[in-house]
Amino acid sequence: MARSVTSQRKAINTAVAWAVGLLIFFPILWTILTSFKTEAQAINDPPLFLFFDWTLENYTVVQERSNYMRFLWNSVFIAGGSTILGVMIAIPAAWSMAFVPSKRTKDILLWMLSTKMLPAVGVLYPIYLIFIQFGLLDSRLGLVIVLMLINLPIIVWMLYTYFREIPGEILEAARMDGATLREEILYVLTPMAIPGIASTLLLNFILAWNEAFWTLNLTAAKAAPLTAFIASYSSPEGLFYAKLSAASTMAIAPILVLGWFSQKQLVRGLTFGAVK
Amino acid sequence: MSLRNAFRAATAVTLITAGGAFADTITIATVNNGDMIRMQGLTDDFTAKTGHNVEWVTLEENVLRQRVTTDITTKGGSFDIMTIGMYETPIWGANGWLVPLDNLSAEYDVDDILPAMAGGLSHDGTLYAAPFYGESSMIMYRTDLMEAAGMDMPKAPTWEFIAKAAAAMTDRDNEINGICLRGKAGWGEGGAFITAMSNSFGARWFDMDWNAQFDTQPWADTLNFFKGMMDASGPAGYATNGFNENLSLFNQGKCGMWIDATVAASFVTGKDSTVADHVGFALAPDTGLGKRSNWLWAWALAIPAGTQKQDAALQFIEWSTSKDYIELVASKEGWANVPPGARTSLYENPNYQAVPFAQMTLDSILSADPNNSTVEPSPYVGVQFAAIPEFAGIATDVSQEFSAAYAGQQTVEEALAKAQALTNDAMEAAGYK
Repeated sequence: MARSVTSQRKAINTAVAWAVGLLIFFPILWTILTSFKTEAQAINDPPLFLFFDWTLENYTVVQERSNYMRFLWNSVFIAGGSTILGVMIAIPAAWSMAFVPSKRTKDILLWMLSTKMLPAVGVLYPIYLIFIQFGLLDSRLGLVIVLMLINLPIIVWMLYTYFREIPGEILEAARMDGATLREEILYVLTPMAIPGIASTLLLNFILAWNEAFWTLNLTAAKAAPLTAFIASYSSPEGLFYAKLSAASTMAIAPILVLGWFSQKQLVRGLTFGAVK
Repeated sequence: MSLRNAFRAATAVTLITAGGAFADTITIATVNNGDMIRMQGLTDDFTAKTGHNVEWVTLEENVLRQRVTTDITTKGGSFDIMTIGMYETPIWGANGWLVPLDNLSAEYDVDDILPAMAGGLSHDGTLYAAPFYGESSMIMYRTDLMEAAGMDMPKAPTWEFIAKAAAAMTDRDNEINGICLRGKAGWGEGGAFITAMSNSFGARWFDMDWNAQFDTQPWADTLNFFKGMMDASGPAGYATNGFNENLSLFNQGKCGMWIDATVAASFVTGKDSTVADHVGFALAPDTGLGKRSNWLWAWALAIPAGTQKQDAALQFIEWSTSKDYIELVASKEGWANVPPGARTSLYENPNYQAVPFAQMTLDSILSADPNNSTVEPSPYVGVQFAAIPEFAGIATDVSQEFSAAYAGQQTVEEALAKAQALTNDAMEAAGYK
């Protein structure tokens, strides 16, 4: 009897999990489906789900109109650069907070997180003026710096949480064996925290890839990433839903593939604990 | 000599030996719509003629507005040409943020620009942006449904007639709504429509002392008429419908009438429309007070004062808003697809006169006067907006209150009272009172 109840509960849990998963995935699925419709089919009422004349016309038009590869390269450079730079800065910061905390460590952590609570538009003008002064407008370097800075609190927090799971005695032993600070972080701490660092890298890469406020406001033609590519197909005066969907699908495809292949690593990192 | 200076010197020598002629690359910020996309596809013609290259930054209308505003107010210099509208042009021109277009060539024939457009894109008589295309608003209606209802659409109907016709054409069982209008919040969406409509009911945003006028009878009449007609004959959820939603409904045969931008005429008669063969056009309605409910708008090209490539930018503007460009589009895409509403000569062209909506578009544009848009005198320029910097923010808030009334979340009286209070507060804070 007990086994049957457990199976029933398991089946319900599975069904609920699938339902929630499908619900979350549905907007993406709908975008992908719409990208294969004509503009007239895209606005059809009732909406057409699978039974329509599939076409690649929208992808052809988008390819002809936009230099997709340039947008893609900019996204890869900006998301990748800001993530790597952020992790390089955050690892020593998180190390000091986790293993040599001061009485103000928790306040600093909270303050860092509080910077995420400020609406981005509130600092648009100051940052825009700084970018003009330093010649960083419409440059990939400028966006790497800005996205690194806005994601840094999250990176530090994540790494701090992972590092706290690692017993300080292991690092102490390394020090007693003569390891320098650099060696301690590079050869002892980092290998033990690889799953956590990997998931931090992945999550922040995704955050930087999807960031649409700064990437739209600080770029023009040269450094614009895929978020600007999508925005160029949005229009309040004209029906371009199918083309917009094609552009969106092309923009999210790389990150979807990356997420799919690294999902085990991502889940492992998010549930990471050094000593179980 | 540093490497950079050596390179500069070598470049200068090369340019001088090449006879001084060199090519620039200009960056243009623009919106995503059919006419602008067409222009991007024809840019090779400009490059072939001038040697200059063009980089396009295409953005959604509201994103573009924020982006170019940030850039021009900080003198960022990201763009050499900006696509802006009739609302921004006189304000930015007055602030000295735009290069005056007072040295256009004789071949360009600046006097050919429709006077209403030139007036709306000028400040103190100086043109600051060249209209790429212009629009007003008009009635697009289903001739077959109108006939079935036993009614004839006059060329210049009244709102009373429109409400009657809408009721007669409504067929809920067959999902046909007598009339589709914008109710969506936003100063450029439902806000633009209701402001233009209010002009025909004798309403105005401000009196001559910049006092809000939402507590007056004409505004109550406007909103009550709109809501009554739309509740009876409009589509479900009209409070959230904008241009695209209504275009979609009309093209699927679910609207008897649609009053909106004249540029929509080519969409409802185009290949994506299921009712393309049954569309007629008429002037936007009035109430007999002397003002019709049509607006006036232009997407225009302007040169920000901070650009280093003013000459190339001016050449592009002359090319893209010229008579030759219209001929170029016509030769490649047909006369129905040329950018409308900017030049007088286009409407004198027999080829364009054959386009079914051409004359009605011109008549609509000519009947809108941004300098005298209201029945009672008003202190502002603009038909569906007041050309003051504060308007966009205030009108967005006001239109949100109106949309809430359309959706039944509050009464018309409550919406008007809130609009009155928030407008007066904002105007006081801005120093108008």
